[in-house]
Amino acid sequence: MSTRQFGEPVQRNADPALLKGEGAFIDDISLPGALHAAFVRSAHARARIRSIDTSQAEVLPDVVAVYTADDIGALDAELPMLIPHPCITSGGKTQRPLARGDVFYAGQCIAMVVAVDRYAAEDACAAIAVEYEPLPVELDLDRAVADGAPLVHDDIPNNVAAHFVQQSGDPDAAFAAAEHTTTVRVRLERSTAAPMECRAVAARWDGVSGELTVWDSTQATISVRGGLASLFDIDEDRIRVIAPNVGGGFGQKIMMFHPDEILVPYAAMELDRPVKYIEDRVENFIGASQERAQIHEISLAARKDGTVLALRDSFVHDTGAFIPYGIAVAQVASTSIAGPYRIPDIWVEMTLVYTPCVQVTPYRGCGRPQACFAIERALDQLADELGIDRTEIRRRNFIGPGEFPYVRDGLLFADGLAVNYDSGEYEKALDLITETVDLASFRTEQEAARAAGRYLGFGLGFYVEGTGLGPYEGGHVKVHPITGKVYVTTGLTSQGQGHETVFAQIAADQVGCDVKDVIFAEGDTQAHEWGVATFASRAAVVSGNAIHKAAVKARARIIAAAANMLETDEDSIELRDGRAWIVDGNRSVSLAEIATASNPLRYAFNEASQTATQFAPASTHDGPPLAEGQAPGIEETDYFSPSHATWAYGVHAAIVEFFPDTCAMEIRRYLCIHDCGNMINPMIVEGQVMGGIGQGIGGAFYERCAFDENGTPLAANFMDFLMPYATEVPDAEILHMETPSPLNPLGIKGVGEAGTIPVSQVVASAMEDALAPLGIAPVRESPMSPDMIHRLLSEARSR
Amino acid sequence: MKPALFDYVAPETVEAAVAALAGDETARPLAGGQSLIPTMNFRLSTPGRLVDLQRIAALRGIAVEGGTIRVGAMTRHRELETDAAANAANPLIGEVLDNVAHIAIRNRGTVGGSIAHADPAAELPCLLVATGGAVTVEGPGGSREIAAADLFRFHMTTSLDQAEILTEIRIPALAPATGYAFEEFARRKGDYALAGVCTLLTVEGGVCRAARIAACGIASRPVRLAAAEDALAGGTLDEAARNAAGEAAKEYVTAQADLQASEAYRKDLLAALVRRTAATAAKRAGG
Repeated sequence: MSTRQFGEPVQRNADPALLKGEGAFIDDISLPGALHAAFVRSAHARARIRSIDTSQAEVLPDVVAVYTADDIGALDAELPMLIPHPCITSGGKTQRPLARGDVFYAGQCIAMVVAVDRYAAEDACAAIAVEYEPLPVELDLDRAVADGAPLVHDDIPNNVAAHFVQQSGDPDAAFAAAEHTTTVRVRLERSTAAPMECRAVAARWDGVSGELTVWDSTQATISVRGGLASLFDIDEDRIRVIAPNVGGGFGQKIMMFHPDEILVPYAAMELDRPVKYIEDRVENFIGASQERAQIHEISLAARKDGTVLALRDSFVHDTGAFIPYGIAVAQVASTSIAGPYRIPDIWVEMTLVYTPCVQVTPYRGCGRPQACFAIERALDQLADELGIDRTEIRRRNFIGPGEFPYVRDGLLFADGLAVNYDSGEYEKALDLITETVDLASFRTEQEAARAAGRYLGFGLGFYVEGTGLGPYEGGHVKVHPITGKVYVTTGLTSQGQGHETVFAQIAADQVGCDVKDVIFAEGDTQAHEWGVATFASRAAVVSGNAIHKAAVKARARIIAAAANMLETDEDSIELRDGRAWIVDGNRSVSLAEIATASNPLRYAFNEASQTATQFAPASTHDGPPLAEGQAPGIEETDYFSPSHATWAYGVHAAIVEFFPDTCAMEIRRYLCIHDCGNMINPMIVEGQVMGGIGQGIGGAFYERCAFDENGTPLAANFMDFLMPYATEVPDAEILHMETPSPLNPLGIKGVGEAGTIPVSQVVASAMEDALAPLGIAPVRESPMSPDMIHRLLSEARSR
Repeated sequence: MKPALFDYVAPETVEAAVAALAGDETARPLAGGQSLIPTMNFRLSTPGRLVDLQRIAALRGIAVEGGTIRVGAMTRHRELETDAAANAANPLIGEVLDNVAHIAIRNRGTVGGSIAHADPAAELPCLLVATGGAVTVEGPGGSREIAAADLFRFHMTTSLDQAEILTEIRIPALAPATGYAFEEFARRKGDYALAGVCTLLTVEGGVCRAARIAACGIASRPVRLAAAEDALAGGTLDEAARNAAGEAAKEYVTAQADLQASEAYRKDLLAALVRRTAATAAKRAGG
């Protein structure tokens, strides 16, 4: 047998080209004669547009076209409501490609200029005069829902975009009978993914063939194709959508359509010239989807021994000015709220609030960091109130390894199905992290440090993550008859995660070839016809298993053909090193020969194909060359549609030092125990988790999309939006556990978002622990900052 | 993020550069471009003409002469940071430059560019004020000298005229029996600081004979913290004196609260940095 590739830290196939600068991102794709687009964007959060004067721009020499809402025909309509839900008020508001009448956030597109280059396009944007009548705004979530607050949309009372309550069990009875209850209120602020490559789109229209090609830095080529076909009312087969190399997405690029994604193809068709738009960093900060802002008020009902019997959580969620992605983020938060804990009785209420800010759609974590912060902060407080160690109280509430599947009836997850944890060993993970960190020794060190005037703290946070959502993905495996290379495709896109490597590992194991001999294609609607998109930590689970199933079928085809060619029975064939061998023998045929022989030929172009023509001796058999029901070549397709989400989990911990004089924080040690089921490639898992931790550190201590009281973004560049550098992100110690998922053939769970989820809780908990001798109030907000530490310390001193 | 249209000239002499600036009120000199180019890309700055100084050989180079470190305005940060003679004459220079942005930026950014840009949070202006340095400028009316104390006026504003070019920076060597320290606090390594403090203490017989302390990031320009200096000068630099200096420094904070620091935090931070740098400088002075 070949060495099994699944589970090995195989080097990433994509890296050599990317490291040598040979990647092709959209801005690298040369489209001769291309025009360039730029946008006039709203300077106000909420305003009525009195007039738009484009006359000065239109006469500039390098300007080809200027579009306002009046100039885009049938596209001048509200964009699709992607994920409708009955709880959404009046069906939900989505934005128009170009503002008509009103603007709803600073950064909203008002006009598009198409010019010979981006410089000229920006000059023209500066020459367009927009007269506004600014309207009052309210950005505070609590005040925005109060009677009399300024409305984002005139016909949506109290700015309530959606209201939804879910319940599992009988929380009222549990609260009534509880020995102890506790309540905390936590607030998380707005943030953004800030991918290294901003969004980008280019389009070329071929008027002769009637074919539209769109390059889109998207996570969802197939879905974008479907949307474009619908908006332009042309057949899907006439549209090809390509996501070439993409420099990060983190959910921001699952949102479709940002206005440019339809206006650029529209202009390409209208002008019969290729058009390109490369979003710049400021535009990404003001015009691309954001996330995170929520305020939770969470209560726990418990016994005095720390057993939590019931949970109530009522939270408000900032959805921005529009709600195109439905309630997805809030729904994930509401259904992740009980974490890894048994808590049988749950009541969750969510209120989604329109604010005059750019729309909120999923950003890596998608509601889970908020839910984790809420439940974990509450559990820390409960532990403190009951005099139970913060670690111990978690142990007393974990769902045990024998209790799976663990269903929370009444709580519907983002796939519309009841929350149903499939497997896990939560207590073992907690034991592993406390042993690794050597908590007992740390407490001794902490005591000594305190005596010396230094403030060390320990914090931990546990999380669960529903991953691998449906509806489905496909896998396609084909052996190339000339080279014997194995061609694998799926309908996803990659933003750098390593799909090309892990999917090659899965296919290579079945067909018995080297990982490097797998050619993988995705991110192109012509490479793979069917599928959905990359989101929700689902690529490995859904496409991985689809490719596995297709590869299993291809393996059977290869073995059958090889047995025929080697004149033996199928049980005597083994596949390795790109060949089929007779077990315990030295005769073999290559995958290329097998693929060639499996395709009856009219013409022979090489030695192998001579044996496959209809006059060759090997082909003499009864009946037609291709038997009834048989397909030519070695080629198989299959699909995987998960029954429901599979739940990964993990626990992070940190030892942190705080410096009361400067209010600085230094992370001295960061640990992560992570379980995503069977790992396809532990090196890639580690990269995903480490990247997530870095993003989590950003969310916990640095990054904030701040606005002034008028709704003007204050942090629309990397000087003010503090994405951490490598110098701010600690080396994490990442340990893996592997509890297989019973829900799919490979036993895997998703890992894409895991690292980000618990970091704010870890830092907050460690901060409280470190600064406890100084009597600080509980930490209830994220992100934290030196300024916040200063405030907590000042308040403590003045008490 | 594309700049508006501008002309570009790259003269090879200071005289030609001055002439190019004098002929066009909208002209601006271009040094290392690490601040000017981003502001142009944001269209916050729209000069009609850039006069690129990088071909002027006379503006490069470092010399240590008679107790003064003379630095050509177009010397890159990194060249000064790694210049052995300059750092031997005043090791505060390297300590300050280590905090300026990142190496990639220091490879391009120039000493003169940073000083002429006069960002109130920048480190080099603070160094110049703390050490009592000076600059030479050349304009249509010839050359003149400006002391550090008279150079920095306001945010991004110096006492240079539009057609004047900063040609040389002079930093005094470290005085005998003098300890030095620079420390700043930034949210991320290499960012502009929320506050930074440059401290020079001359100590004889355990007594502080002279104190020079300047801060960046706390006002509209780099400022001498005279009251903090007074709290240290003439005393023994013990903890009480350092604490008093820190407290005395707080009155110099005039920067408005921003996303990263309330006024109260910035004051306490400044006090902490004064205490810390005073302790380090005292130790280095042997006091």
